[in-house]
Amino acid sequence: MKRARVAYAGAIHEAVEKDGRLQLNDGRMVEEQEVVWLPPVEPRTVFALGLNYADHAAELAFKAPEEPLVFLKGPNTFIGHRAETRRPADVEYMHYECELAVVIGRPARNVKREEAYDYVSGYTVANDYAIRDYLENYYRPNLRVKNRDTCTPIGPWFVDAEDIKDPMNLTLKTYVNGEVTQEGNTKDMVFDIPYLIEYLSSFMTLNEGDIILTGTPKGSVDTKVGDEVITEVEGIGRLVNTIAGDDTFSIRSSSKEEASKLTT
Amino acid sequence: MLKAKVKFRGVPQSDEVNVRAAEGVVEKNGNQLGLNELAFDAPVSGTIYGTLLNYKGALEALGGEVNEAPYKAAPKAPILYIKPANTINSHSLPIPLPEGVSELEIGAALGVVIGRTATRVSEEEALEYVAGYTVVNDVSIPHASVYRPAIKQKARDGFCPVGPWVVNREEVDNPDSLITRVFINGELRQENTTANLIRPVAKLIADVTDFMTLNAGDTLLVGVPENAPLAKAGDEVRIEIDGVGCLENKVVRENELAGGGF
Repeated sequence: MKRARVAYAGAIHEAVEKDGRLQLNDGRMVEEQEVVWLPPVEPRTVFALGLNYADHAAELAFKAPEEPLVFLKGPNTFIGHRAETRRPADVEYMHYECELAVVIGRPARNVKREEAYDYVSGYTVANDYAIRDYLENYYRPNLRVKNRDTCTPIGPWFVDAEDIKDPMNLTLKTYVNGEVTQEGNTKDMVFDIPYLIEYLSSFMTLNEGDIILTGTPKGSVDTKVGDEVITEVEGIGRLVNTIAGDDTFSIRSSSKEEASKLTT
Repeated sequence: MLKAKVKFRGVPQSDEVNVRAAEGVVEKNGNQLGLNELAFDAPVSGTIYGTLLNYKGALEALGGEVNEAPYKAAPKAPILYIKPANTINSHSLPIPLPEGVSELEIGAALGVVIGRTATRVSEEEALEYVAGYTVVNDVSIPHASVYRPAIKQKARDGFCPVGPWVVNREEVDNPDSLITRVFINGELRQENTTANLIRPVAKLIADVTDFMTLNAGDTLLVGVPENAPLAKAGDEVRIEIDGVGCLENKVVRENELAGGGF
């Protein structure tokens, strides 16, 4: 089953996909354009993987790591399907990252990889934007690059694990303004899902609702204000996002302030 | 007496109490009890964000290394990390010492607890967004390199004791002039002051909320001082922050904890 969390008619609802429409938990049928899409899982502890596809690592002039490169994200960064992500006026390189997101279903500690899928409740799609201008070499990639408000769209659907036969063989695609700019397959992950669950649970407890963003393949492209970015994972969903400028967020850049001072 | 918020263990609601921070005395409805007569949960519920290298001495300890590979330059923006939900621990509960690890770094951190949604707040207004202050032990497995995120070293179960309470903001005249002390088995092992922060509290809140929202209930750690004391199995660790509180935990091997044998 495909499940969503949406805001509709003044309240937050759980909903399921039915014949191309949404059925709210109270039974109402609504069109997908009539709702505000929220992240399908309320984020608590969210892990993200850097350089987990060898071709993407090479693209960034890194060799694939010998141990998973893991960082964490806070709840502030997540937005739902069909939302807007801010591109600050002063940046030169902001790229999307299409990723399969794995949702943990029950507490996991010292789980062996053979049993790892028993701890997965489902999957969704994430777009783990990065602004490379802000990279520094301390706890890299740091939160200013990877935990910005609006910079991690997630959704639209939470898809039950039992509906995905082989999560390690799914096509990932990103479209910018309708053109395919990134294409890969989850089979090319350096560390696969069972390995990641075994690795993380070997030193800490994973809890229900925790999410692992499993990394992105090659094909990073700079995205500009106004671009429509769709990240798609086969069988999981098609996550639509639009890049918006500072004006949308009522942010006046310092250079504009200077300019306005000069003219007044 | 200072006004503070606590979450007593086994009680569903948070409570408002009066405390004497240095002595560890809690007063409610005219009755006074000592720290050891009470059981606490962590008094915070949101996301805990740590700040790396925010003490002048901590950055100085890296010295010329900051200009060499892999760092190549001194940090410009605040360097943050997350202490995830599994790390949150409370006063008087054990800090698990993972198998194969002999010593833990004790990070004496002032925790700034956020009171309302803070997005792009100015330095001048930043403290208005603070609900209060607490003591946090930002525990780490020692690691020399800070090039890659240190999840394995900082995000272990129980690696973030918080509490015992949150002292209301109005009770702290100046968060940038608080003495922090670490005692191990009663012996003073570290003393520093938040006067040594590179980014003082208001500036840190302003610079962090420039790119990420802090929500009510989130806690921002201002940093840990240089030369973090090391603690081994059996050590009693006490962190004091003047006018805020004192937080005590014992380091216990994880396989000796209830359920730790699994």
